[in-house]
Amino acid sequence: MKLLFSWLVIGLISLSFTFKKGYDVGDLVTDFKLKNVDGKLVSLADYQNAKGFIIIFDCNTCPVSKAYNARILALGKKYPELGFPVILINPNSPELSEGDSYPAMVKYAKEKKYPFPYLYDESQETIRQFGATNTPHVFVLNKTSEGLRVAYIGAIDDNTRNASKASSHFVEDAVNDLLAGREVTTPKTKAIGCSVKLKNS
Amino acid sequence: MKYILASIFSFILLSASAQQMASLKDLQKIMDEPGRIKVINFWATWCGPCIKELPYFDEIHRKNKNVSILLVSMDYDLDPNPEKVKRFIARKKILSPVVILTEENPSGWIDKIDKNWSGALPATIIIGASGKRKLIQGELKKDELEKYINEASQ
Repeated sequence: MKLLFSWLVIGLISLSFTFKKGYDVGDLVTDFKLKNVDGKLVSLADYQNAKGFIIIFDCNTCPVSKAYNARILALGKKYPELGFPVILINPNSPELSEGDSYPAMVKYAKEKKYPFPYLYDESQETIRQFGATNTPHVFVLNKTSEGLRVAYIGAIDDNTRNASKASSHFVEDAVNDLLAGREVTTPKTKAIGCSVKLKNS
Repeated sequence: MKYILASIFSFILLSASAQQMASLKDLQKIMDEPGRIKVINFWATWCGPCIKELPYFDEIHRKNKNVSILLVSMDYDLDPNPEKVKRFIARKKILSPVVILTEENPSGWIDKIDKNWSGALPATIIIGASGKRKLIQGELKKDELEKYINEASQ
């Protein structure tokens, strides 16, 4: 009976994903379990003390991702100790983007000395669940009494080519709002980026 | 003979100087112009899938005079120097009109181009003669592009 119930739940969840194109701000997030570049599996549930998360769909190959790499590293140095771990997820299919294979991710993370997990969404279930469309694409999650809720979706800031010329730092502002107990002032933004390389899309 | 050479030369010059810088307003004006079917393709020199589909747009530009093609380069976001785009267009012998969109802060204007566009490249908007718009996100195959253009003609 218990088994039947869990299958029913899984069925309903996957059904709702079929009809819904990813998360919107305010939605509750379902956890994932994905392989990190160190070979270990990582879930959001592993971070018991986190106040929230900065989830970044990113990859090795996209020029926009490369332009933002130093800024992603800076977020990864600043926010985990404030209670917002940074987690990178590569959603690209290596069949469509050779340079985004798991071995290439391992190498890239080593080169860039990633202090955060860099997860491989091999089945592309997580990308479909979140509905990220480009790289880099950020989802800031806030831990509430009902679970993790999406508090921000979008870009890191408003200037891809030059970090020092950015006038709005969307992700930092969103996390700072949450840390101060405020509503996120700008919960949704967009950026020009590389499309996520989805199989059978 | 001299005349033919001169016209070939001016043709090359014309196509090589066809890339113009455009503001969002310029682009919106072009998109709102009534008349022929318009295919507006958003691309960048750094975008692999964009480069793969560019020849399909260029072929339509050469063969189908009922459709006007506009290739909108989004390179400005990463590199404000237009030289790379100009060299690319010359090297690939692209004949379609190309504009380079020169606007800062994409979050402020992506929705003004199409509110359903995520900002991911490539993206294509096909505008029928009646003004009806269709947004296609992601790489197009040749037959898909032709199908969408046929739909816009009806």
